[in-house]
Amino acid sequence: MQPCTYQCGTKDHLHSRRAFLMGTAVGALGFAGMTTSASAQSLKQSQKRVLVINLAGGVSQLESWDPKPGTDTGGPFRAIKTSVPGIHICELLPYTAKQMHRLALVRGLNTAEDDHGKGDYIMHTGRRKEPAFDYPHLGSVASKLLSPAESSLPGYLHITPSGGSSFGKQDAAFLGPRFASVTMANGQPPPNLFAPKNLNPSADQQREYLRSQLNQRFQRSRRSAQTEAYTASFDQAEQFMKQAHIFDTSKEDPRLADRYGKHDFGRHCLMARRLLEHGATFVKVTHSNYDTHHENFDFHIEQLGEFDRSFATLIEDLADRGLWSSTLVIVISEFGRTPRINHLYGRDHWSKAWSIVMGGCGIQAGVVTGKTNANGTAVTDREVHGGHLFHTYYRALGLNPAKNLHTPDERPIPLADPLASAIKELLV
Amino acid sequence: MGPHLSFNLKTDPVKTRLWKEQKLGSPLIACRYDPMGKYLFATSQDSSIQRIDVLDARITKLSGHQGWVRSLAFSTRHHLLVSADYHGLINLWNWCDPAPKPSKTIEAHDGWIRALAVSSDGQTLASCGNDLQVKLWSLPDGRLIKTLTGHDYHVYNVAFHPLERRLVSADLHGNVKDWDWQQASIIRELDAKILHKYDGGFMADIGGVRSIAFNRAGTLLACGGITNVSNAFAGIGNPQVVLFDWMTGKVKQQLKPAAAFQGTAWGVAFHPEGFLVGAGGGSGGQIWYWKPDQPASFHTVTHAVSFRDMALHPQGSQLSVACADGVLRCYSLLAMVDKNKL
Repeated sequence: MQPCTYQCGTKDHLHSRRAFLMGTAVGALGFAGMTTSASAQSLKQSQKRVLVINLAGGVSQLESWDPKPGTDTGGPFRAIKTSVPGIHICELLPYTAKQMHRLALVRGLNTAEDDHGKGDYIMHTGRRKEPAFDYPHLGSVASKLLSPAESSLPGYLHITPSGGSSFGKQDAAFLGPRFASVTMANGQPPPNLFAPKNLNPSADQQREYLRSQLNQRFQRSRRSAQTEAYTASFDQAEQFMKQAHIFDTSKEDPRLADRYGKHDFGRHCLMARRLLEHGATFVKVTHSNYDTHHENFDFHIEQLGEFDRSFATLIEDLADRGLWSSTLVIVISEFGRTPRINHLYGRDHWSKAWSIVMGGCGIQAGVVTGKTNANGTAVTDREVHGGHLFHTYYRALGLNPAKNLHTPDERPIPLADPLASAIKELLV
Repeated sequence: MGPHLSFNLKTDPVKTRLWKEQKLGSPLIACRYDPMGKYLFATSQDSSIQRIDVLDARITKLSGHQGWVRSLAFSTRHHLLVSADYHGLINLWNWCDPAPKPSKTIEAHDGWIRALAVSSDGQTLASCGNDLQVKLWSLPDGRLIKTLTGHDYHVYNVAFHPLERRLVSADLHGNVKDWDWQQASIIRELDAKILHKYDGGFMADIGGVRSIAFNRAGTLLACGGITNVSNAFAGIGNPQVVLFDWMTGKVKQQLKPAAAFQGTAWGVAFHPEGFLVGAGGGSGGQIWYWKPDQPASFHTVTHAVSFRDMALHPQGSQLSVACADGVLRCYSLLAMVDKNKL
């Protein structure tokens, strides 16, 4: 293989190029075709994956992971027992409560950022936003460091509740567009991914040949990370096209599928499971919306009613299929909600004392770290911020948080904020 | 010797004035006068019910709920106060007792009970809630008589027709069902869907029939809530009352505040003199007075604090609003009129 002559000339790109070409060579075999063999099964279980459920808008910690019934801030809901003695969560999560022995609660989160965009950035990158520098999303880092060479799926898949398909190159920051998120709007594959029915395979092959010839000629004179990503996206799309069966949920046993709920989020969680079991490295499912400044309680009944059963079913299925111990599962928001109930029965933005959930790969099950005071207004024990979470994620995945990534100008950037550390009590 | 001055008191909604404020503590949720008008009952976010003597403002606390109490109703026949909470419990009380205690507790619904109503003969109680059910109970024993099923969404309100053996129940989507409650059959459906919206931006339902009332003659039914919602999660919408002609089941009038206001019509009632009173909250609190044949309120009372419920005194002389700041605000509708000018 000839070394690439990138305009920026970094080794990082060379490595990626090699990995990618290896990937396409192996990927041509088709991952799905390998899944019946013992080696593929072993590979499937050793591959580290990440599933993020993003409760967009800011889920209320008091109506979910850190209930405070009977206090001035507690609201109208009760706390219920879970499968772990001594751990209680809100009554809106009865199905999730039965899976608590697989999960860990972080109740001492203080991200000190009440702005949606900035909070979202912290929860996706583990860092505060800086004026002239962008850090990559966890999904992009996972795509770069965890995606198997043979994977035929994009490394960072994002199932959104609505909108159009997109290519979130900003999510990858300096890692480059190859590690960007690929949006599956409403759980659908990117539009036009599959060849039109009136295009026969021979014509498609000729068309692709012409494109690759023109592409190679262009690259001889101008090769860059951008052109490499462009080429890679075509190659990956070619592999992706062979995976149409992943998106066809009609072959799912209806009784099993219905356990996820007959709503969009249930369908999206089912799709997440299918993607993960077919080798996807990082899948994020966004559930919208929790920004409940008005009627917080009614809206949480509605939204968590969808979340609870779908999420619990997804956990159960990942465990049943032998994927739980290799899949890091995280439930996040951009922040929590105010303990104080406002005049509209709403709760506003609150980042000083809130909670998230983790489970699966590398995470101690059935534990709680951190504590808030009686009415949930402040963290009283084991306060952590976004940096701590990312150290924990990377450790759980077997990655060294101190490892450097490199920007195109060779600036070393540690995976996680060097000023923070992992929440060790959460790690296996 | 000058002219002899003599005054009478007469209801005049345009002269409505804030008469009394009573700080009860925790933010308030609901309020109701007993049928005699001697006491005012208020519920709050600390799950308590407080009884306020209308004459001397003396407060008695009623303890018996662990969850928020949204609904109160009365059976004059049995001197019963009925209260229901968000944990699915109904309590029965003798409201006149010096220190009322629950005489009976019923585990009535799975989840929130959103509304209660008592039939005009005081013998039957209706309850409804998030389990999509409407339940009928005999009073005073609290025995379940019937369960009415048919709603596909949370049931937000119930009301007995004052004269016929009919009951209406109304849900989050503005579906209003007219039941022959003895037969447990639906006679017809009325459309208050203007009080509901699915907000695609936030991917959630907003609205519901938040307030409901029949007039005394049973010829009109009023259903209140929020409409024109542009942002569900900020509560950006306008209060509205859908007024039905009971005979035809058609909408007779869409009642709105005369001036722009953002919020929900949490309370609606028919005044003994025939006009409607509504109250709601959002960007502050407002009381509205409507004539049944005019869409815009003919008078509005405004306050800086959001109102969450309204109770009209049985004599129509005063009304009270349950406020988000924990204060019960009592408004007088009476005005002094010179007898010589009558």
